[in-house]
Amino acid sequence: MATWFLRSSNNHGVIQKLMMTFSGKYTTTVVRRCFGSMGAGQKLDPYSCDDDYRENIGHQNQDLDFPGGKIPLTSQMKFISEASDKRLPCYRVLHDDGSLISNTIHDKLGEEVAVNMYSAMVTLKTMDTFLYEAQRQGRISFYMTTFGEEAINIASAAALSPHDFVLPQYREAGVLLWRGFTVQECTNQCFGNKDDKGKGRQMPVHYGSNKHNVITISSPLATQISQAAGVAYSLKMDKRGACAVAYTGEGATSEGDFHAGLNFAAVMEAPVIFICRNNGWAISTPVHEQFRSDGIVAKGLGYGIRSIRVDGNDVIAVYNAVRAARNMAISEERPILVEAMTYRVGHHSTSDDSTKYRPTNEIEYWKTARSPIAIFRKYIQRNGWWSDDQESELYRDVKKQVLEAIKTAEGMEKPALTELFSDVYEQMPPNLHEQERSIRDAINKYPKDYPTSDFHV
Amino acid sequence: MGSNFRRIGKLAAISSKNQSCRGLSSSLNKNDTSTKSVNLFSAINQALHIALDSDPRSYVFGEDVGFGGVFRCTTGLADRFGKQRVFNTPLCEQEIQHEFHFIQVTFLCQEVYPLMVFDVQGIVGFAIGLAAMDNRAIAEIQFADYIFPAFDQIVNEAAKFRYRSGNQFNCGGLTIRAPYGAVGHGGHYHSQSPESFFCHVPGIKVVIPRSPQQAKGLLLSSIRDPNPVVFFEPKVISFSLALASLFCQIIGTVTHYFLDEFQLLYRMAVEEVPEDDYMLPLSEAEVLREGTDITLVGWGAQLSIMEQACVEAAKEGISCELIDLKTLIPWDKETVEASVKKTGRLLISHEAPVTGGFGAEISASIVERCFTRVQLLGPALGQLILGLKT
Repeated sequence: MATWFLRSSNNHGVIQKLMMTFSGKYTTTVVRRCFGSMGAGQKLDPYSCDDDYRENIGHQNQDLDFPGGKIPLTSQMKFISEASDKRLPCYRVLHDDGSLISNTIHDKLGEEVAVNMYSAMVTLKTMDTFLYEAQRQGRISFYMTTFGEEAINIASAAALSPHDFVLPQYREAGVLLWRGFTVQECTNQCFGNKDDKGKGRQMPVHYGSNKHNVITISSPLATQISQAAGVAYSLKMDKRGACAVAYTGEGATSEGDFHAGLNFAAVMEAPVIFICRNNGWAISTPVHEQFRSDGIVAKGLGYGIRSIRVDGNDVIAVYNAVRAARNMAISEERPILVEAMTYRVGHHSTSDDSTKYRPTNEIEYWKTARSPIAIFRKYIQRNGWWSDDQESELYRDVKKQVLEAIKTAEGMEKPALTELFSDVYEQMPPNLHEQERSIRDAINKYPKDYPTSDFHV
Repeated sequence: MGSNFRRIGKLAAISSKNQSCRGLSSSLNKNDTSTKSVNLFSAINQALHIALDSDPRSYVFGEDVGFGGVFRCTTGLADRFGKQRVFNTPLCEQEIQHEFHFIQVTFLCQEVYPLMVFDVQGIVGFAIGLAAMDNRAIAEIQFADYIFPAFDQIVNEAAKFRYRSGNQFNCGGLTIRAPYGAVGHGGHYHSQSPESFFCHVPGIKVVIPRSPQQAKGLLLSSIRDPNPVVFFEPKVISFSLALASLFCQIIGTVTHYFLDEFQLLYRMAVEEVPEDDYMLPLSEAEVLREGTDITLVGWGAQLSIMEQACVEAAKEGISCELIDLKTLIPWDKETVEASVKKTGRLLISHEAPVTGGFGAEISASIVERCFTRVQLLGPALGQLILGLKT
């Protein structure tokens, strides 16, 4: 333990660099799995203790064997600082002009993958634009856009294997699109028609697909986080060579389930990646009213979870970080926390007007100068993989595809009446049969009050 | 006649110190199987051994489960099936003298707090995730009083997992076990009967056994049922004499009061339980005693008290029909209805508070179905529900 303190005090620069690339033997040594509070000393923020303090501990060279492991003793009473002067750095590969930051180590994306990712980002944005408008026109009841967070959606999805299990929050439609869940399927869900996989039972954007290993979204925040630990544990026990991935916003990290899930995953050594989209706003609550820690990445240390902060608007940075996280999660059987820094360019949902609580120039800055789609387009254009013609063709095709999907979804029947009662239990119990009979009687008796033109009774 | 019926109600509500406690007669056919006289925790332990042994995709976990649990229900499981399938859940890993601690918690309320630091919502969230991957996740909550942090996971997640996904996903392999009900000196936080909170939730099943033999069969059915089940174990019959005598040693002075109580509990606990693998059907009530004058409905530990009330009533010439509901949701309305149509009177007894208790649901349903046949009894239409409002 003392060795660690001495080493860390001499290696601030090294630690910083390692936080960015999170590879190498030092990190492995530092966060090596150990039981109980053995890691207490290791979990300290390296920036929060000054050198004198560490040296003092080092000179004493005395440990006491507490339950859970040895802890060094010190006669100096010193509280650990609640915050450091320097914020934890954010891993980034691309400049906003699409050029590569020099001296960054990264895996080069091939042309095909890069272009597919770009196309998926544009598809997501276009689908959002038209479905948002459909809600404004009263054609669907509700919608949530992913504007500004397309890079996190698509790049993280591309870095995963289709065998990994995803437990989304609600702003990750792009992950489904990347996995092959079609625009038509998304639209069917939003219209709640008979082809909706969820049988029209949930509000729009609550997607899920067994075929694509994406567990159906639920509205309560953060509940998927502790479930992801259980999913990951199962994948580990079955030796599937896959991980679980739980997405969350920064607001959801204030929920008890965030704590429960991270702690469980760490203790159970579950291969799960927690991807937190820190987009600055939980509906109208800004981050400084949400927590006082250095974002989400700092919380990982408290749970003994290896963590990284990444520029969520940088496609390559997100891709690299999630890919590395996946490798570590599976090969070392451990959870990894990824904090992707971004901005929610759209309103929280169609029930929200964010201009009421944040300045429009702030939104505009992130919508234009920091647009992940614009930055990535510059990158692929610099590589000669993309042209203006391809750009207009893509937008034209995607628009057509989305409009057709909306038209088809809108014209379709609603789910049959019996679906109101099925799937509550595996077999319908007598009380639900009874209720189904009673509603059918009511429909027959009062046909004017129960129009049945758009569904099968 | 009316005052006699009210007296049955009083008997059913108040546990008499002089009652003779015997295991309730069981409907199980014991032919061809070897049985052993065991108490409820041993029966649960047997069921868990069988569940783990018969399905390699089953897991058992909860606070202190790794060493056997405070009620000793999980004894020997980790040794036999390995710590990857039987494990402690976080925040209960401190080395404590468990049995001594248990006694403290149960009988000396000022010592309650040390065991309250555990992560119940994490256990249930983790269990749902595990169950969603086609496993049997058997989670133990140490006391039903501490289940509430997991209420969101149970109500919003487990219960709706299948429905909200259009049957693409389910967590039907989930079983949550929790000891419930009053015992000894448990105080507010080791005595509650929270079953009715869960009975308001479509998508889960709520099961409460009355005896060791029932507990084993119903638990195995719950574990293998393709729906999430909340399984409440009456801890009044979970005690063992071993723990009782341990407690006596620890406190040093043994009062007659404690001795009486422990002997009572111990006798109550023991029942012949087949050692093999058997299942008892869910959502099927059982008529334990046939009668013609009044129907008594209850569940869990309350059945032994109601049985005693039936015996007392018989001395006065009143013939009682006693029904154990066993599964609270979805409940067996038909059996209760048929009985009430025969007797014309209904008495429901539960340990939980009266207001909004599950007795109210039974009462309402039966009044709806059998209104013309039910006589007025007690404070409410056609029913006499007894319980404490505290």
